[in-house]
Amino acid sequence: MDVWSSLMDGFATALTPMNLLFAVIGVLLGTAVGVLPGLGPAMTVALLLPVTAALEPTSAFIMFAGIYYGGMFGGSTTSILLNTPGESSSVVTAIEGNKMAKAGRAAQALATAAIGSFIAGTIGTALLAVFAPIVVQFAVSLGAPSYFAIMVLALLAVTAVLGSSRLRGFASLALGLAIGLVGIDSVTGQRRLTFGQPLLVDGLDIVVVAVAIFAVGEALWVAAHLRRTPLHIIPVGRPWMGKKDWSRSWKPWLRGTAFGFPFGALPAGGAEIPTFLSYVTEKRLSKHPEEFGKGAIEGVAGPEAANNAAAAGTLTPMLALGLPTNATAAVMLAAFTSYGIQPGPQLFSSQGPLVWALIASLFIGNFLLLLINLPLAPVWAKLLQLPRPYLYAGILFFATLGAYSVNLQAFDLVILLILGALGFMMRRFGLPVLPLILGVILGPRIEGQLRKTLQLSAGDPAGLFSEPIAIVVYIIVAIILAWPFIFKLIRRNRPVPATSIPGNSGATVPREAGGVSHGSHRADGTVDGDGDG
Amino acid sequence: MSSIATGLKGRAELGVALLLGAVGVLVFLDANGLVTPYSQSDPVGPKTVPFIVSGLLIVCAILLAINVLRGGKGEAEGGEDVDLAHPADWKTVLPLAGAFILNILLIDWAGWVISGTVLFWGSVLALGSRRYIRDFLISVALALLTFYGFYLGLGIALPAGLLEGIL
Repeated sequence: MDVWSSLMDGFATALTPMNLLFAVIGVLLGTAVGVLPGLGPAMTVALLLPVTAALEPTSAFIMFAGIYYGGMFGGSTTSILLNTPGESSSVVTAIEGNKMAKAGRAAQALATAAIGSFIAGTIGTALLAVFAPIVVQFAVSLGAPSYFAIMVLALLAVTAVLGSSRLRGFASLALGLAIGLVGIDSVTGQRRLTFGQPLLVDGLDIVVVAVAIFAVGEALWVAAHLRRTPLHIIPVGRPWMGKKDWSRSWKPWLRGTAFGFPFGALPAGGAEIPTFLSYVTEKRLSKHPEEFGKGAIEGVAGPEAANNAAAAGTLTPMLALGLPTNATAAVMLAAFTSYGIQPGPQLFSSQGPLVWALIASLFIGNFLLLLINLPLAPVWAKLLQLPRPYLYAGILFFATLGAYSVNLQAFDLVILLILGALGFMMRRFGLPVLPLILGVILGPRIEGQLRKTLQLSAGDPAGLFSEPIAIVVYIIVAIILAWPFIFKLIRRNRPVPATSIPGNSGATVPREAGGVSHGSHRADGTVDGDGDG
Repeated sequence: MSSIATGLKGRAELGVALLLGAVGVLVFLDANGLVTPYSQSDPVGPKTVPFIVSGLLIVCAILLAINVLRGGKGEAEGGEDVDLAHPADWKTVLPLAGAFILNILLIDWAGWVISGTVLFWGSVLALGSRRYIRDFLISVALALLTFYGFYLGLGIALPAGLLEGIL
């Protein structure tokens, strides 16, 4: 019962009045910012990183826990009330959620989303608490060759599986790796890509990079395409559910959780695939299939639960292996490193109390969300009416402030602008942002593992394959890379498109879901297509 | 009309390929310029990974150029406030970038309160608000609030600049 007692210690840390206050602040900030259009949880954490730098790590991470789940919940509120999801993970929620809201059932849609998120988040966090130490036990036996292989897998999987264009994903990854190279080489002390500029010697601050790509790039991009006609916002009262809604919701919640957690925990995680799978499953199992497309509550309950369970699942590889698989986890990893803490197998032994306090506050944050957000939903809906000039000017203002306060040098703001312009360009030409961020964060660590591996083998490349786990991982990498070709072969041999029976063939669904991640229009099209087929 | 427009857009994306290629060459040249004797303890050396990265960049650049010339197109990102129906509105973006640059130039000399005010006020106006006085007051309040908030709450002293002694 080691886990149990550690977790109780974690609760003891997290429940001190001061830390509880940070959790409440985190939940409120996370939801408020998550509700605001254009701001996702990753950007929220990135913007708040500099602010938390003055806090002690435990308090900061307790606050991050609140922000993490709060941002998720805020995102789904927006997609239900506006039908324009800000994040790819809430695309599926918007399909039925907005239809429900239009039919005057916004209160029930928000309620099933909030309660489903709570249940999925709680189960997901419990699974995290159980599985993370197991993964750690497994991970301490791994050497540099296996780590190198796993990190390569994570990068390739995130790049190749998510998003609609693999080529553009790899372009983004390569840019990220190049940015990660800037600065002094840790082994030989050589300066790389510094161009004689002394301020670049320490490398680019990850906070500056994240704020530039997420916040500045987004603000500039939205400014260029600002919607001049205000969106119609559906007014909402206090969320509640009737008896019938409960009986139709509880099974989708549990099934969504079952989809979400494993996908989140995989190196190629993310919430897009499980939310889509959950939606398709609920549609097939529903006693009211005719309601799908017109506002079926199952279509909100399942994907929302899947989304939150995936969010919890993502933290497993992040904490146990130091491997982030979504943007928010990547930024949280950056936060860890800025405190001088290295996530990975040693984390649980070296920073045990901190990690368990973080896990405990995930439970607390989840509970607070339910407690705070059900009554506050009408207030959050009002936030959607914030005039856009103030909103985006505010994002730029706080992005600048955050990036400047890290080192108090104007040079960082120049970097912020340049990388912000890069973020703008990436949004314009459909380059996904996540591979770039992961490349910046994981690039230097991958290089470290590679050099360690070949150091051990005295320069013999065979050293890369010296551990069985590494070989297994390389086989998976090969399958992922060859996947489009295999897929084409399967298609050619089977003239009936497999897409017409989604849910039955795991082979095709991830491809579809990959498409979902790029905007609501395509998602709508995909799902309608399934209905017709 | 529309064919000309799409042709232009296609050419714009070639710029992305050009950028990737340029960064790739830059990374290669930089790594090539490093002088390191072979060492037993570090057989990989500081050059290997930059070479791989530059290779990846250049391959991506070439493939992207081919993809674009064949009519491939990156999907512009949507969002709550994004209306992709109208073209990029540079009359908003350039003044916005201007306010940002002004802040960079002013921050060390004039201090955060002044440069922050300029940044927020300039951005709000660039984004289309026309309530000059009210926006100005909000900007000043925001800049002062963050200045004192960071100083008192977080112990981070943002530059006071010209207002040194008053604040």
